[in-house]
Amino acid sequence: MPPAPAAAPAGGAPGAQDQRAADDRSDDERLLFPGTRLHVVTGKGGTGKTTTAAALAVALSRGGRRVLLCEVEDRQGLARVFGIPPLPYEERSIAATSGGGEVRALAIEPRAALLEYLTLFYKLGRAGRALEKVGAIDFATTVAPGVRDVLLTGKVYEAVRRREPGRGAERPHTYDAVVLDAPPTGRIGRFLGVSSEVSGIARVGPVATQAESVMRVLRSAATRVHLVALLEEMPVQETLDGVAELSRAGFSVGAVVVDQIRSDTLPVELLDDVLAGRVPAAAVRDGLVEARVLRHDATGAAVVEGLLAEAAEHDERLALQEQQHAALATSGRPLVELPLLPGGVDHRGLEVLADRLTDQGLA
Amino acid sequence: MSSSPPAGAGALDVDALLDDRGTSILVCCGSGGVGKTTTAAALAVRAAERGRRVVVLTIDPARRLAQSLGLVELDNTPRRVGAVGAEAGGSLDAMMLDMKRTFDDVVEAHASPERARSIFDNPFYEAMSTSFSGTSEYMAMEKLGQLRARASVPGGDGSEPWDLVVVDTPPSRSALDFLDAPRRLSSFLDGRFLRLLLAPARAGGRAYAKVVSGAVSSVTGAMARILGAQFLDDLQVFVAGLDAVFGGFRERAEKTYALLASPGTAFLVVATADEDALREAAYFVQRLGAERMPLAGLVLNRVQTTSLPRLSAERSWAAVVHLEGHAEDDDEDGTAPEALSRGEHALAAGLLRLHAARMFRLEREQEMAARFRGEHPEVPVVQVPARPRDVHDLEGLRAVGEDLGRRG
Repeated sequence: MPPAPAAAPAGGAPGAQDQRAADDRSDDERLLFPGTRLHVVTGKGGTGKTTTAAALAVALSRGGRRVLLCEVEDRQGLARVFGIPPLPYEERSIAATSGGGEVRALAIEPRAALLEYLTLFYKLGRAGRALEKVGAIDFATTVAPGVRDVLLTGKVYEAVRRREPGRGAERPHTYDAVVLDAPPTGRIGRFLGVSSEVSGIARVGPVATQAESVMRVLRSAATRVHLVALLEEMPVQETLDGVAELSRAGFSVGAVVVDQIRSDTLPVELLDDVLAGRVPAAAVRDGLVEARVLRHDATGAAVVEGLLAEAAEHDERLALQEQQHAALATSGRPLVELPLLPGGVDHRGLEVLADRLTDQGLA
Repeated sequence: MSSSPPAGAGALDVDALLDDRGTSILVCCGSGGVGKTTTAAALAVRAAERGRRVVVLTIDPARRLAQSLGLVELDNTPRRVGAVGAEAGGSLDAMMLDMKRTFDDVVEAHASPERARSIFDNPFYEAMSTSFSGTSEYMAMEKLGQLRARASVPGGDGSEPWDLVVVDTPPSRSALDFLDAPRRLSSFLDGRFLRLLLAPARAGGRAYAKVVSGAVSSVTGAMARILGAQFLDDLQVFVAGLDAVFGGFRERAEKTYALLASPGTAFLVVATADEDALREAAYFVQRLGAERMPLAGLVLNRVQTTSLPRLSAERSWAAVVHLEGHAEDDDEDGTAPEALSRGEHALAAGLLRLHAARMFRLEREQEMAARFRGEHPEVPVVQVPARPRDVHDLEGLRAVGEDLGRRG
């Protein structure tokens, strides 16, 4: 296999984790969103939402922190990104990161979450089973609208607030941060806002109280919703709509993560010259002969033409990307950029992406 | 290697599918971000221009289909899209599902005015009809059933009926809720839980709790404790009110399910040539098979193409290294070094570099496509080339349609 040819230029020194030992005050200056306990990562489908959430968890955990990474879509996307077997409904350590950090993962499953909820808060041993038997659990987690989302956000809320066992109010939080691989942009407002819907329905009682507490945390500045976008028209439009919708609904929007940026591997001036016909095709042909792509006696017209056509297409794509980048900037949110890793994202790739997130102050 | 697969047994003939008057419903499913909506719109345009009378339904909350069809607004009513297909005797209407309005219509059609009003006033209704996941799939089934029913009769204005309904589905696994909706609804309606909820309303109050025994009282007791008594009352009234409405809806939803499984329906799974999308596609293929739903094939969208398939990534890269006089190692972090070609052959080297990057992606994609074909030899595939710009007008949709119609 040839070395990976297309990639972003190396940006910043890797190993930013060494600086993670720095104290909280310098973190406050360095970080885009200091004090964030819950990072919600959304984005249009196919933009790299899950990978970004995973890289963010890795970045946040470096320097001896413990981070919980949750998924709620029942897709086992996290297991795939980390290359591990499917995750159960159980917090499980999946990665040790530099400086003694740890990422734990949890695939939140609504049925299990509901039964756990009932057992924990209402000691419903027998009634829980009875509920299951008459189909109430099925009803609640599949048919009953919204309950599913309340359970999912409720579980995340619980993890964000959990403290280590012991005495006193100042016990440390179990997790330094929680990262949620959330539903896509099209459904995120509904997903996060569902607790307020439910508190409108169940006006009194424990569910109402719980729903209100969940909403308070989700709408606080300790929760940031990041949107992952690609530099293509529809994902950009959806991101801009998503930023507006979330802000209107009272959520704190964090960064817009611009994912899979393809870099320019051909000097722009050269490309301009050749596309404008200022450089003769013959010069390209000579180069191809020198590179032994063409034989000395070949005209090579088709090859030269093919390469130039591909370059023109590439140029058009870059111009489009630039426009889209400018459009994203109008969101008023900080843009955090991630390169396209040509070979896909493996362990090493996650660390690379985590470096970039750290360099740009998201972690 | 060739940039496109050989046509033959494994190639999906989209035009034959569109031209077959026996095809009356076309469902596009697939994970998010693969271009499902654009594919549905392109198929609809192409079918119309081949003489079909088409209506395309999207249930995606982002108004992407509207954008790609150049419509300012898609509401719950099908709207004629320009003069698409007129020359061939076809036509195109497009609509976007407004789930609240569809829900309202169902309630109004099946309940007396007073009952409808009491349903509309119930706090559950507002929440269920606007905010909750799952509702859009139920309503999509409802709308598909309506469109199909209307397709068999001429319009009130004397217009010809539709003969093809193209349906776009919500992204990811929730698209399967589309299949599950009727069954889920039936099991819910026939379930003990509903009867349990309905019992007190029918018995005329909450005094029932005293006379029922065992599991039932502990269930309702538990629910009252968790949710509050008012919640239970509201829910009971709501469920009782919807009982009649849903009875009718269930019947039609089951008909629609049967319709989906009938030979007049064709499912197209849309994917891009990356690992995640193809894994989801495999899941759809398997699931549709298990449900005995008629799968027409896979649309492999936005694949990389080249006019120079014989100049491989490896050979191009070797040529770049040769021209630049040294081998550049991977940078430490796995991304390639700042790649500015120098010297007299800088341009040739730069062009080869771009080509190498393109071929690298292309080869990866084709490997993954081949793996999918190996695992699902029974599924015909059509590949649609990536284009530098997004599709957001009729011209673009026609071009995508051309690519879809190019067999293989």
